[in-house]
Amino acid sequence: MNASGKPVQPVQPVALRRIILEQSKRANVGHIGSALSVADILAALYSGILRIERPDDPERDRFILSKGHAALALYAALHLRGLLDAETLDTYCGDGSLLGVHPEPALPGVDFATGSLGHGLSIGAGAALGARLQGSSRRAFVLVSDAELGEGSLWEAVMFAAHHGLSNLVAIVDWNGQQALGYTEDVLSLRGLPDRFRSFGWDVHEIDGHDIDSIGRTVSGLPLGGPPHVLIARTTFGKGVSFMEGKIHWHYWPMSDEEYLRALAEVSAGRQT
Amino acid sequence: MRAAFASTLAELAERDERILLLTGDLGYKALEPFSERFPRRFFNVGVAEQNMVGLATGLAECGFLPFVYSIATFASLRAYEFIRNGPVAHRLKVRIVGVGGGFDYGPAGPTHHGLEDVGVLRLQPGLTVVAPADSEQARSILRDTWDRPGPFYYRLSKDDRLSVPELRGRFSLGRAEVLRRGPDILLLVAGSLASEALAASDALKRIGIDATLAVVSTLNPAPVDDLRGRLEGFDDVVTIEDHYAAGGLGSIVAEIVAESGARCRLLRLGVKEGPDGLSGSLPYLLKRHGLSRESIVAAAETAVEARKRSDS
Repeated sequence: MNASGKPVQPVQPVALRRIILEQSKRANVGHIGSALSVADILAALYSGILRIERPDDPERDRFILSKGHAALALYAALHLRGLLDAETLDTYCGDGSLLGVHPEPALPGVDFATGSLGHGLSIGAGAALGARLQGSSRRAFVLVSDAELGEGSLWEAVMFAAHHGLSNLVAIVDWNGQQALGYTEDVLSLRGLPDRFRSFGWDVHEIDGHDIDSIGRTVSGLPLGGPPHVLIARTTFGKGVSFMEGKIHWHYWPMSDEEYLRALAEVSAGRQT
Repeated sequence: MRAAFASTLAELAERDERILLLTGDLGYKALEPFSERFPRRFFNVGVAEQNMVGLATGLAECGFLPFVYSIATFASLRAYEFIRNGPVAHRLKVRIVGVGGGFDYGPAGPTHHGLEDVGVLRLQPGLTVVAPADSEQARSILRDTWDRPGPFYYRLSKDDRLSVPELRGRFSLGRAEVLRRGPDILLLVAGSLASEALAASDALKRIGIDATLAVVSTLNPAPVDDLRGRLEGFDDVVTIEDHYAAGGLGSIVAEIVAESGARCRLLRLGVKEGPDGLSGSLPYLLKRHGLSRESIVAAAETAVEARKRSDS
């Protein structure tokens, strides 16, 4: 449901993945695996978790895609939610478009510009603190990548949010175990990640980042008044396209014609919820 | 200026409840006029300047007017990309307060010397950079600008006693304030070196050099129209700033001279050498880098003498 009590049409992850593939192919760009990794998380967020009546409503929940390079998944969700028209969506990565590889707030529906990793959680903590100071029930959701946890500034925000008990702040970590040049275990290990957040005083939930129902249930059960929340979402990089799953090179590669058709067939055959 | 800043901010916060003050664990015996009056609107965020600016970005987007406070080097350099991608990219009313531009923290050593804050920040379009000359002007600046659109950077001196009585706190955004009028040479001084430059212009007068002295407090956007007019009629122009000679007021004036075709010779007084590891008092470091009143007098005198020789 949205803020006015009207039910929100669920964002179908299959449709969201199809848009990711279609637009990546049309624009001949990469970052496909990262967008597929968070497709279900975004489908869940835009199927009613985020309370957004209108993109310019001051009382809307704030959403910060701190892993800005997955912006295509956000554009697809905004489109399926009816906040971005098809014509504008088709400008993705074109000249003079507001739909770049990373999101830009001049586009209605995008709250903050991101793209430089390690920035979003601070903004989200500010948005959450602001809501509390204003006595508002709005929340801030921040989707971060796992490799982004290498940014020291992110841990500044982790400490601040815990210290100030920002229970209206929800971080979601897209824990797919991959980054641009390798697997996080080889580049900069995140072993014991949930305990790291626990030791910083956060309320930690380990979830399957491709189980939309579970994401929804977890968020709706988050208590207000305690510490900030983190959903550590186990995900598969490139989820839904067998030949992309877990493959480092799909961080940057665009698809050939043949790969595109195969990928489209695979995601179209995927589950509907 | 810190005391003037804190008390004026508290005065503004009395009537504007959007004002918040965030500090990166700095401002001991300086911010109390605000923090004691508005404890719920004061946040010591800890030693975390990037997060402080990120927080301010989120706060400003939902309608607050956050002031973030740190030492000039940390406020500008450590948080630089957060400033760029936050308040600048989103055109938000975040106010960044950098204390101790120049050599105010002289004995603290080079990590604390604010010598490039203006240079890096004025690259950011839409970020207004102001450097008050004294406490009285700091008050006027805050009262004038606190609610203007877009982000601001206030470059404050640490010294509460700094006073340029002749200025009487005058401030007009984008305009320099003239303290002395004379035909022989134009001295343009940025912010907190105004009192030093004023003493220098009076010393020059005693040796027969009648200078015009203007205090430039708005450094971004560059006060192009105002300064272009002031350059007219002068053969020699000297810029004076406690900043690297590149990037600050000297560069601003050099750009204006070049683009306007002004016919004058420009001498930029500023810090020209890289960090040599030496710390010391403010007077020592100003002297060492050719920015004391004696150095300003000597530089201006040399410029005027050279001009006379080439004219004759």
